[in-house]
Amino acid sequence: MAEDKRKVVIELRNVKRYFQVGSETVKALRGVSFKIYEGEFVTIQGTSGSGKSTLLNQLGCLDTPTEGEYILDGISVRSMSKNQRAHLRNRKIGFVFQNYNLLAKTTAVENVELPLMYNNKYNAKQRREAAVKALQAVGLGDRLEHKSNQMSGGQMQRVAIARALVNNPAVLLADEATGNLDTRTSFEMLVLFQELYKKGHTIIFVTHNPEIAEYSSRNINLRDGKIREDTINTNIKSAAEALAALPKPQDD
Amino acid sequence: MNLLNLFKVSITAVASNKMRSFLSMLGIIIGVAAVIIMMSIGQGSKESIRKELSTMGTNLLTIRPGADMRGGVRQDPSAMQTLKMADYQRIMQEKKYVTKVSPEVTSAGQVIYGNNNTNSTIYGESPEYLDIKQWVVEEGDCFTEEDVKKAAKVAVVGKTIVTELFGEGADAIGKTIRFKSIPLRIVGVLKSKGYNSWGMDQDNVIIAPYSTVMKRIAAQTFFSSIVCSAITEDLSDTAIEELTQILRENHKLKGDAADDFTIRSQAEMMATMSSTMDTVTLILVVAAAFSLLVAGIGIMNIMLVSVTERTKEIGLRMAVGATGAVISLQFLIESVLISVTGGLLGILVGCSASGFLVPAFGMPSSVPAWSIYVSFLVCVCIGILFGYIPAQKAARMDPIEAIRHE
Ligand SMILES: Nc1ncnc2c1ncn2[C@@H]1O[C@H](COP(=O)(O)OP(=O)(O)O)[C@@H](O)[C@H]1O
Ligand SMILES: [Mg+2]
Repeated sequence: MAEDKRKVVIELRNVKRYFQVGSETVKALRGVSFKIYEGEFVTIQGTSGSGKSTLLNQLGCLDTPTEGEYILDGISVRSMSKNQRAHLRNRKIGFVFQNYNLLAKTTAVENVELPLMYNNKYNAKQRREAAVKALQAVGLGDRLEHKSNQMSGGQMQRVAIARALVNNPAVLLADEATGNLDTRTSFEMLVLFQELYKKGHTIIFVTHNPEIAEYSSRNINLRDGKIREDTINTNIKSAAEALAALPKPQDD
Repeated sequence: MNLLNLFKVSITAVASNKMRSFLSMLGIIIGVAAVIIMMSIGQGSKESIRKELSTMGTNLLTIRPGADMRGGVRQDPSAMQTLKMADYQRIMQEKKYVTKVSPEVTSAGQVIYGNNNTNSTIYGESPEYLDIKQWVVEEGDCFTEEDVKKAAKVAVVGKTIVTELFGEGADAIGKTIRFKSIPLRIVGVLKSKGYNSWGMDQDNVIIAPYSTVMKRIAAQTFFSSIVCSAITEDLSDTAIEELTQILRENHKLKGDAADDFTIRSQAEMMATMSSTMDTVTLILVVAAAFSLLVAGIGIMNIMLVSVTERTKEIGLRMAVGATGAVISLQFLIESVLISVTGGLLGILVGCSASGFLVPAFGMPSSVPAWSIYVSFLVCVCIGILFGYIPAQKAARMDPIEAIRHE
């Protein structure tokens, strides 16, 4: 794809990440290279321990590679200071975690506002407006003032996705975002991710579940810290259809 | 993140854990209240002593035997016998800036009337003593110079002596009491002065001619002191010079030989008393301040627990863009918020206790304004000082590990 004209959001060049555990060196990433273009929905798939989370931490600027180069939206991350990376995360990255990570006793809209609290360009009013918009985008426009402990798992994950979208990030990073949800809710979440994909968001979705790869536009398969397969999915399944085909719950 | 947002976040955190926040404030509240109460008692006592001393006559001068003792050097007992009758007579002859003079001999002991007895102090004085110390004779009269010459067995007594020996309000004039088995006829009763600020009953006194006390009771040839009054307060220093010259001549002290007596003015006494009071206050305040130190450690403890408990929250905040400095500031503001809120409550408690509770116990109190400002400032410092370590702990967290923390 060397002649590809699309914008490159993420570029990894032979990224390695080693951990020193006692006298042993754990090679979590052994040289990973790829480019991710704007508007792609990429699943990173692999068995447990294959290096998915480590890779995602690199992509999310939470960690720096032991070796290799990482360029996010044209910016080289490798030589950045901690504070610079914090700033970069605030402006370019949206995280969705497996266990939602919402602030306790805090309303949905306040949770979504959080990243903007660390951005001086937003005043209180703009922050609220952006948060409400993000919550409407994930279908929670009517749940703004619900506290995190008054919501279901699916709703909490929607709030988390709204929080990841609120700063208009260059890339949305999800680590096992459906890992804690039941099948039905997982599909609802996939429907949402596909909608976001159709709107043009760049999404990287880490999962150990090979099935999910069928719903993304591209799948990177990891094994032992190396890319085993990197395939474009030309036949993207519709999550909405899969959801409709699921056996209806009893009370529906 | 701007400061206002940080304050909001910190207030929310402190408010969402009301019980814990209050408990960690409690130490500060108690500490600050204690400091303010101690300072107010110290200040109040100083003011009331000052008032008391000034009603005793601001032109009062006291001559004591022995060199200036303020250095704390112990002196030979003979050095305490330097004030003699000749000194008194010479002062009486030559005084210009001194109006009234009374030599003083005191003795403590039991005073008896019939079956009743009480412990008291007898003051041997000249009749001028009552004017110098501003005593007023309420019933009867003071003894006279004539009584002094004859070493007459007469006395003027305070109200407490009357109450103890004859019953409250009884007529004591003309009755004969015994002090250390010497019979003394009461010729006058003094108007009550009440308790002084040291809690001493000023009415528990017997005043008799100095000659009587010297010869018949104390059996000594020297005075324990000589009290005088300068013409005016402003002339106190001149009067002291005059007295010094008279006494040095009389004691045949030549050249640079040290004085074998000490003259203190009331103004000096006031300064000494208030510096003594300052020392006492300081000790009390330091003790109270230690409780603030302990309270600060309490806050640090709570903040460390809070940081550990909120590891996940810290990780999340870092993941969405909070820098270490911002996280550190958040927790620092939180601990300052706790210490300052505690401090304000402590000031409130301390001031109301000083205003209502302390006077109810009969103690003088007056809150110095600066103690409020200082308390407030100290609380801000405690918050920063003891919040620093927990804040650093939060700031140094690794977001990846923090967010995984359960
Ligand atoms: N901080 C770390 N210290 C030491 N070893 C680590 C650390 N993080 C990950 N690893 C190791 O790196 C490998 C890949 O881990 P990870 O990226 O979490 O895999 P996955 O998310 O695919 O399950 C594992 O063997 C894991 O033990
Ligand atoms: Mg993982």
